[in-house]
Amino acid sequence: MRRVYVNEEWCLGCHLCEYYCAFAATNGTDMARALRDTKINARIKIEENDQISFAVSCRHCTEPYCVKGCLTGALTIADGIILIDREKCIGCYTCILSCPYGAISPSEDGAVQKCELCARTAGEAPMCVKGCPNEAIVFEERG
Amino acid sequence: MAVNYLYPEYEVARNYDRCIACRVCERQCANEVHEYLPDANKMTCDDSKCVNCHRCVSLCPTRALKIVRSGNTYKENANWSRKTIDELYKQAGTGGVLLSSMGNPEDYPVYFDKLLLNASQVTNPSIDPLREPMETTVFLGAKPQDIRRDNFGRLLTDIPPHLKLSMPVMFSAMSYGSISYNAHESLARASEALGIFYNTGEGGLHEDFYKYGKNTIVQVASGRFGVHKDYLNSGAAIEIKMGQGAKPGIGGHLPGHKIVGDVSRTRMIPEGSDAISPAPHHDIYSIEDLRQLVFSLKEASNYTKPVIVKIAAVHNVSAIASGIARSGADIVAIDGFRGGTGAAPTRIRDNVGIPVELALASVDKQLRDEGIRDNVSIVVGGGIRSSADVIKAVALGADCVYIGTAALMALGCHLCRSCHGGKCNWGIATQVPKLTKRLNPNIGFKRLVNLMTAWQHEIKEMMGGMGINSIESLKGNRLMLRGVGLNEKELEILGVKYAGE
Repeated sequence: MRRVYVNEEWCLGCHLCEYYCAFAATNGTDMARALRDTKINARIKIEENDQISFAVSCRHCTEPYCVKGCLTGALTIADGIILIDREKCIGCYTCILSCPYGAISPSEDGAVQKCELCARTAGEAPMCVKGCPNEAIVFEERG
Repeated sequence: MAVNYLYPEYEVARNYDRCIACRVCERQCANEVHEYLPDANKMTCDDSKCVNCHRCVSLCPTRALKIVRSGNTYKENANWSRKTIDELYKQAGTGGVLLSSMGNPEDYPVYFDKLLLNASQVTNPSIDPLREPMETTVFLGAKPQDIRRDNFGRLLTDIPPHLKLSMPVMFSAMSYGSISYNAHESLARASEALGIFYNTGEGGLHEDFYKYGKNTIVQVASGRFGVHKDYLNSGAAIEIKMGQGAKPGIGGHLPGHKIVGDVSRTRMIPEGSDAISPAPHHDIYSIEDLRQLVFSLKEASNYTKPVIVKIAAVHNVSAIASGIARSGADIVAIDGFRGGTGAAPTRIRDNVGIPVELALASVDKQLRDEGIRDNVSIVVGGGIRSSADVIKAVALGADCVYIGTAALMALGCHLCRSCHGGKCNWGIATQVPKLTKRLNPNIGFKRLVNLMTAWQHEIKEMMGGMGINSIESLKGNRLMLRGVGLNEKELEILGVKYAGE
């Protein structure tokens, strides 16, 4: 399965991936209109200090703690992609506590949010990958 | 506080209707032009720090930014341009020599733009490169003067060492130190993929890049930085740099703050020490001295590699080239006054040297007149911007061209001409780790390969149009050129007829 991988060697810490992620979630066509005067809450997040930076998003683990721990069955795996059913999520945050990567976060409406590999873009590279100026995030098959 | 005489040259024009305050401009500007105001959730900027490198413009995801010339104007004066006035104020304020980077940007004639190419019509058919084979391979080196046979009458085919290139373009000398590790890796990998050569410049060869040796030209310049036996033997050819088009007659100076880590080790000088290349080679004061160095290098490399001598295009260039052709060198490289640099005194860059088109035409003619044209191949650099320039240079007599600026532009350079500041936002002319990582060689080498592939297609198209199917048949074929807007003397030096003749 193709996944999002991070080449931290080339990450510039420009945070563009976060903005492309937030833009993808709005379903809009123009980033300026979609994100102006908003505070974004992206599903991918840059971790950084003075020396290094890299993007963190859901690893889509094959045996994920988050799915195992989900009380309501809101988190499921379909074709290797871990999806969230926002209707079923009760906001207990068990998944947030159990994710070893910190890749799940609360959203504004109470349900949790996570990277679903831009499931809507069907097969194409997710927006964060497309928006990365330095190939620091890639979408590829790695055994 | 002293009066500031200088008003910013550029303004950052931000379209607040499109700005989403993502701060990418702020994070990407090493000159700290942009600043985020948290209270207002708005971006602001200090135009005076902007060097117009377009890093923010290119990375802004909503196209909210552009850089414009600031409208501020002095009283108009045909004699005192804004640039002249600003430079005078700068010097009055600092007492220093003005520094500049990249090639001469002044309004001197560009002869390539006054030369037009021929195309076949009725009587000599043009060739379609998509249907017919088209040869762009060139060989650089001394050509045998006559046909030699052994005692049995068999042809002797041993010739002096040559470089074989898939197309008549090479990446010119840019040292590791003046440009980044990633820029060098991009050039090296692209050269390997394309079957051409890049040049180490006077900074030695990083140990990681010895594996690209068969596509590397190693340079020996007046400072001898990074030169040792393994280095000389690692490349496909050795270049002696006598001069550089951007700054003929003077040496080089890589400031100590760029001599860090691997750069210091590769140059074989202590960290933090200034790398000063003297203006002359202190062991070369004549063609005979040059001959000694040429043969020292040939001896050191066991006569297996061609030796290039690179000179700046200056007034007596054809006589100098004639001397070089007799010195035992295999290739002479001529660098025109548009050639780039990582740093040069502004007055030198903008006022010294001559156009490479004129230098090339006169060198080619002189060597042919003296019957020594086959002693050397001619490579020209300093002002080659497109495949059309390559074709015109070949038609004027060049065997091959060097491109430096054009190659860096493929890597992202926007010609802001601030290399000497060491804060290149594109990760090219800098050694700051946070900035050098901006040039990912996986992307860079592909862009270089793209550029050269595109040029090769265009070269084939133009050759086909002229009814020529091999680049060697175009070499020195000045009948394929016609001049426009040139006077009699210029036409005479270029050796071309006027359009319509």
